[in-house]
Amino acid sequence: MSKVLELTLEVWRQDGPGTKGAFETYTVEIPDDASFLEMLDKVNENLFQAGQEPITFDHDCREGICGSCGVMIDGQAHGPQKGTATCQLHMRQFSDGQTIRVEPWRAAGFPIIKDLMVNRAAFDRIVESGGYITVTTGAAPDANEIPVPKDAADSAMDAAACIGCGACVAACPNSAANLFTAAKMQHLNQLPQGQAERWRRSESMVETMEEFFGSCTNHGECQEACPKEITIDFIAMMNRDYLRSKLVNRRRLGERKIG
Amino acid sequence: MTLTLDSHIPDGPLEDKWDNYKFDLKLVAPNNRRKFEVIVVGTGLAGAAAAATLGEMGYNVKVFTYHDSPRRAHSIAAQGGINSAKNYRNDGDSVFRLFYDTIKGGDYRSREANVYRLAQVSLNIIDQCAAQGVPFAREYGGLLDNRSFGGAQVARTFYARGQTGQQLLLGAYQALARQIHLGTVTLHNRTEMLDVVVKDGRAVGITTRDLLTGELEAHSGHAVMLCTGGYGNVYYLSTNAMACNATAIWRAHRKGAAFANPCYTQIHPTCIPPADETQSKLTLMSESLRNDGRIWVPTGHEDERRAVDIPEDERDYYLERKYPSFGNLVPRDVASRNAKTVVDEGRGVGPLHNGVFLDFADAIQRHGRDTIEERYGNLFDMYERITGENPYQTPMRIYPATHYTMGGLWVDYNLQTSIPGLFALGECNFSDHGANRLGASALMQGLSDGYFVGPSTVAGYLANWLGTDAVPTDDKAFTESLDQTGGRVDQLMSVNGTSSVDHYHRELGKIVWDYCGMSRNAAGLQKALTEIPALREQFWADVRVPGRADGVNQSLENALRVADFMELAELKVRDALHREESCGGHFREESQTEEGEAKRDDENFSYVAAWEWGGEDIQRDAVLNKEPLEFERVELTQRSYK
Ligand SMILES: Cc1cc2nc3c(=O)[nH]c(=O)nc-3n(C[C@H](O)[C@H](O)[C@H](O)COP(=O)(O)OP(=O)(O)OC[C@H]3O[C@@H](n4cnc5c(N)ncnc54)[C@H](O)[C@@H]3O)c2cc1C
Ligand code: FES
Repeated sequence: MSKVLELTLEVWRQDGPGTKGAFETYTVEIPDDASFLEMLDKVNENLFQAGQEPITFDHDCREGICGSCGVMIDGQAHGPQKGTATCQLHMRQFSDGQTIRVEPWRAAGFPIIKDLMVNRAAFDRIVESGGYITVTTGAAPDANEIPVPKDAADSAMDAAACIGCGACVAACPNSAANLFTAAKMQHLNQLPQGQAERWRRSESMVETMEEFFGSCTNHGECQEACPKEITIDFIAMMNRDYLRSKLVNRRRLGERKIG
Repeated sequence: MTLTLDSHIPDGPLEDKWDNYKFDLKLVAPNNRRKFEVIVVGTGLAGAAAAATLGEMGYNVKVFTYHDSPRRAHSIAAQGGINSAKNYRNDGDSVFRLFYDTIKGGDYRSREANVYRLAQVSLNIIDQCAAQGVPFAREYGGLLDNRSFGGAQVARTFYARGQTGQQLLLGAYQALARQIHLGTVTLHNRTEMLDVVVKDGRAVGITTRDLLTGELEAHSGHAVMLCTGGYGNVYYLSTNAMACNATAIWRAHRKGAAFANPCYTQIHPTCIPPADETQSKLTLMSESLRNDGRIWVPTGHEDERRAVDIPEDERDYYLERKYPSFGNLVPRDVASRNAKTVVDEGRGVGPLHNGVFLDFADAIQRHGRDTIEERYGNLFDMYERITGENPYQTPMRIYPATHYTMGGLWVDYNLQTSIPGLFALGECNFSDHGANRLGASALMQGLSDGYFVGPSTVAGYLANWLGTDAVPTDDKAFTESLDQTGGRVDQLMSVNGTSSVDHYHRELGKIVWDYCGMSRNAAGLQKALTEIPALREQFWADVRVPGRADGVNQSLENALRVADFMELAELKVRDALHREESCGGHFREESQTEEGEAKRDDENFSYVAAWEWGGEDIQRDAVLNKEPLEFERVELTQRSYK
């Protein structure tokens, strides 16, 4: 049976990108089988009743898969439960009388839009720079013509499970996006289909990442925060591919006839 | 009737229709394609695939989504898998069998020609996705694995763990990202379409609202393709993502696009029952669970014992009892209705007695915990996270919830709506699933429409406009649409009443669920037809949208969507009332067999109900047009899963 929790919340409120923000304190009563976002819904319902403006936050699927949601909960990206996105976090993880601090992702690469909502478009730019396999619609061979060793397929899937929420960046003391970029890249770099563009992809994704985000110094906080528990082994693989790409791509450049 | 509904189904034998048709279609030469502007609304499977493909072909594409990134579309949440008639299992599958199963599963309420094409194209989809690097499940030999899904008697479902939709969408999103990088496609994210612009009877653009600045904008194009998903959130609680809405298709309907079969909705049998009133959405547990789980309720009423304490002879495995040959794998609508029956009888389980058990004890005993963990580990974890109960130890509780909408904008064989130049792809059209959709067939349809059908057929339309410019956005058609849309926003902001948008959405959902949900009857539908307009009136008189219109305002976004749901709900109920037969997901209590199974009335209802907008008093003014369904290759039978 569910029990009701009485909580105090300190929530970051900020009107817009250019304005100054501050914490506001609210109290709320909520059954412990509600989700964290349903708790925020309840706070918003209370704000509405009091004639105030509700808290803005991104969310959509509420199933931990779309990657829309994500806030810092007491300094932890997506809160205390491992492998769990904010929308899948339930209030039974908290105790009656607790004070909870709720903030947006904080990173230069993710400018705040309003309250808890941030702009994560830099992630799309990284993918656009090379996170794909070029195959024009209709040009594909029969699917079983390219066997993929089960291990490679499984490991590619482990990387591809990334939901693009940005928790890795928010958790990183340097606001680095290495786990995201590595996951996107190693999904493709491990597959036979991804080999033709492997070195080009590795170079351009890393360099696009560096335009927006800080550098990785191997803290490993990203792996802890990741709701899909993606491992930092992929970062090591990315680093290796990036170094190699510098050599390979330079050689290719040399091979090309100029003029 | 003022509409002429020509389905443009090509002549010739079923097997050759699509090939012949493609040959006969007008083409746009590669060097001419960049002269055309094509608007694609939505970046789910249908939209991302269409926009990427049109970009690759060389068209000038503008793509719109209200999400921050194209990758967040609701398609991302699909778990189970995608069908294809590859017959890699050598178990007797074929294009014809997939076609046949889809027609039968849809309870003979879809078009043969469209469905056959879907089954044909299903072969190309898997090739395309595998080449893009979608990490489908594989066997040790490196070839693709398949499973049987949703009661199919062949193993034709391809899957990527429990995240098939995510992986397929990422494939399409990555193809789209490549085109965005190349500049063939322009992305307008966090932008919501609020109107279709029609001039001289054809679609020439859209009106949008920038969700960050609140600015209303006009965009013109030679053709507009809506890929905006289903309208299941008309029920408030559903398995759809929170933002899924019907505004794009409803606004198109108001501008003249016929709306087909709005009453056909699919209720999915395996969702987690609501825990309390704060619940904001329902979570689906993949249907694959029914392959190993056994469904039961206690024989007695209001049984408060824990599942383990209920002895075997006081358990009713009602699906196995009533349907010995299909057992727990009966189609979704049958499983759902039976769950409702036992819960209504007072035999529901859980604290609120609002669910049935899905029990893995036997499967764990038979296959071992490791095997079950390998098959369903993710789902079991998810269940435990949400309910706090461990399904390895105690049975899951499940109950049906709204999941998918078979109805949608009426489209012809080209996927063109009744407004020339306006196309509808994916879940937002009505095309392929008749009155009930088979599991793992929505992803297939979205990608079929998006990669293969839409980009071919739109050329046939565009070819007519070679040498003409897109209509400029200072044209009266655009300024009028902008004015009207601005008026709607202002009106919502100025009501300044007492109740929240959510309150109204919840109330609407209750009415639609109670009277037009899993089972329907004339009296209930009549009641809904008095309650919905009253609620709609109250909404416009009493809603309060806090904040301002010229910036981020999630309440306003929602208010615009709920306002359209109010209208759509009325048409949906109207349609359900008129269809005095049971078929697929539409169960009319007046039309059932002696055993309580759905009974079709082919004599009187073998048609597509395509409703035409007639005016604000929807139940009075909506005009019913009928497109007769003709079956050349399939013999109509009453479905039986005994
Ligand atoms: C939980 C769940 C599990 C499922 N599992 C399966 C499965 O295993 N197999 C299967 O085959 N099917 C499954 N389905 C069904 C399937 O996922 C959907 O039918 C399908 O993904 C719909 O794709 P779509 O491209 O038509 O629309 P969506 O993916 O819903 O995309 C709609 C797009 O339109 C945009 N949009 C909508 N309106 C506007 C507007 N007004 N302005 C701007 N943009 C707009 C949205 O931003 C979004 O990008 C599942 C569905 C659910 C809910
Ligand atoms: S809302 Fe989709 S991941 Fe949380």
